[in-house]
Amino acid sequence: MSWKRKDLLGMQDLDAAEIIGVLDTAASMKEIAAREIKKVPTLRGKTIVNLFYESSTRTRTSFEIAGKWLSADVINFSASGSSAEKGESLLDTARNIEAMSPDVVVVRHKAAGAPALLARHLRCGVVNAGDGAHEHPTQALLDLMTIREKKGHLEGLNVTIVGDITHSRVARSDIHGMRKMGITVTVAGPPTLIPAQCQELGVKVSHRLEEAIAHADVIVMLRLQHERMQGGFIPSLREYSRVWGLSLAKLEHCRPDVLIMHPGPVNRGVELAPEVADSAYSVILDQVANGVAVRMAVLYMLAGSKSA
Amino acid sequence: MSLLIRGGRVVDPAGGTDAVQDVWIADGRIHKVGKGLKPPAGTETVDATGKVVCPGFIDIHVHLREPGFEYKETIASGTRAAAAGGFTAVACMANTFPVNDNRAVTDYILARAKVEGAVRVYPIGAVTRNLEGKQLAELAEQAEAGCVAFSDDGKCVMNAELYRRAMEYALPFGVPVISHAEDCDLGHRGAMHEGFVSTELGLSGQPAAAEDVMVARDIILAELTGAHLHIAHISTVGAVRLVRDAKARGVRVTAEVTPHHLLLTDEVVRSYDSNCKMAPPLRGKRDVEACLEALVDGTIDCVATDHAPHALSEKEGEFAEAANGIVGLETAVPLLLDRLVRPGVLDLPTLVTRLSAGPARLLNLPGGSLAPGAAADITILDLEQSWTVDPAAFRSRGRSTPFAGFTGVGAPWMTLVGGLKVAP
Repeated sequence: MSWKRKDLLGMQDLDAAEIIGVLDTAASMKEIAAREIKKVPTLRGKTIVNLFYESSTRTRTSFEIAGKWLSADVINFSASGSSAEKGESLLDTARNIEAMSPDVVVVRHKAAGAPALLARHLRCGVVNAGDGAHEHPTQALLDLMTIREKKGHLEGLNVTIVGDITHSRVARSDIHGMRKMGITVTVAGPPTLIPAQCQELGVKVSHRLEEAIAHADVIVMLRLQHERMQGGFIPSLREYSRVWGLSLAKLEHCRPDVLIMHPGPVNRGVELAPEVADSAYSVILDQVANGVAVRMAVLYMLAGSKSA
Repeated sequence: MSLLIRGGRVVDPAGGTDAVQDVWIADGRIHKVGKGLKPPAGTETVDATGKVVCPGFIDIHVHLREPGFEYKETIASGTRAAAAGGFTAVACMANTFPVNDNRAVTDYILARAKVEGAVRVYPIGAVTRNLEGKQLAELAEQAEAGCVAFSDDGKCVMNAELYRRAMEYALPFGVPVISHAEDCDLGHRGAMHEGFVSTELGLSGQPAAAEDVMVARDIILAELTGAHLHIAHISTVGAVRLVRDAKARGVRVTAEVTPHHLLLTDEVVRSYDSNCKMAPPLRGKRDVEACLEALVDGTIDCVATDHAPHALSEKEGEFAEAANGIVGLETAVPLLLDRLVRPGVLDLPTLVTRLSAGPARLLNLPGGSLAPGAAADITILDLEQSWTVDPAAFRSRGRSTPFAGFTGVGAPWMTLVGGLKVAP
């Protein structure tokens, strides 16, 4: 397949053929995870920098494992807090990293648009590993991979995304990616957590959980940040959990083959009842496994397909 | 000292003139305007054939940053930018360091302007001490020292009781209170306008309602107190409607709009370019249309730039963390001529009014007309001059503009203050 991009900044930029290209590559990468010796020489001599301005264990680890299985040198660069607090500007940090000649920089930042800013200034490839409430494209790709694996196809499916849509980069990337693959997307949550003019993203908006999930093939439950009470978005975790949390009782009216997904980490007892998280409906751990495969595919496409 | 500006099209809406005439300046004042004037032999002459001669343009919303933030702008650099942009006078906001909330700072600004200013400088005093919104500044002394209005611009006085008192207390001075209308709870420091674009970009948005709510409150307070309320940088369809209705009721309310709120929408923020970040934020298409309509029909009294220079380091980073504000003095007139006058959205005399007589009347400033005896503050335009916005060539120390690379036709050609050429 032909991959012509220098960077992976968001699902909004990709077309369906590119998405299928990543998913197919990821599917072939997945086979490596099952091997006795989990290492291929594909990216030997390449350097990948994980530049994480926000704490993240699973995404950073996932990129790290992906890079290492492909034999790249992976360097973790954690910069806590904002660039302003740190005293060095984001661009200065980026220029310093550039001077060390990496092939790919994987960036997570609390500011929407930070990866785009880096991509404009760096010659190497930039992967967005989550920027503010904007995008988290590798999460959407691993979600699509998981759905395709379990359902056999993507087109024509109904996916419902539940929770804090306003502050969720996962929701935005999922919406863009899923719509491009022919999936009908419904978002559901209290009106305070649905962003302005959300329908214009091409989704249905629902304010009733039971109605939103009744016909869903897949339910994506989003993590609720505990500090949302402070902004007046919800009155209490208790009420949120009662109205918007997914319990086995609420699942009774859903399709029997419904899949439950969650980008993690799960707030057990808030958005997901523990027995749902551990039920046969849940494919949360498949998502994590596919995350490595998808990131291997992305790193390979950005760093490896260029003639070395 | 006398000077003859010969053969230009004189556009002086306040004096009812739009004809090819000469303007004769003597001792820094307009001596005569008419056809075929014959000043004494040896009088210096400017050939303005094919040019447009207007009363000097006045920008009533500028941040000169001095004292305190000279790394962003100085009175010298800011007034040179003004002169180059066709402005003969500016009114400067109080958010300096220290804040212009007392006579000493006002005196300092005026003294610096006298020595280093290329154009006239009119200070605007703070409404509250240190812009904290807690206690009135010494408005009487500031008025006496020369403040032409009061404003906590950059911040909104959230305490309605205090704002009411400020309006009342300022009544005897005959100067307006200028409102930066933004309910900061409702706006919650949103980085951009709340709408579909903010939803797509994942940036926190401030709703138009944050402006509308405060404009409504301030109009009600102006009605209560009888004060002259001026709405700074109006930007929403709702605020325009509120001002139009209030004016129809006879409330003493006026309003200004910036060139960027007339020409750009929140769509340009898609690039995450912090040169598109300012307060109020760039709004939606309907808001822009409402502002244009209101500028044409006079609901909006004047154009002001909200020239707000910052150092590059304060603007080049992440969008959400970048400083609010862009420069405007050197781009306003060319943009308005090319984007509004050339396509016929606004006729030239109306634009001249909104840039001269409109702001002069609003702040009770001299100027705004070419009547004999008036100070010879004159802006001469070349409607055929093509231009490209090049921030590197700005006289301002600020370089942040969403208009970099824009091209157009029509620009200021010469600026005179008190009969003396200050630009080019």
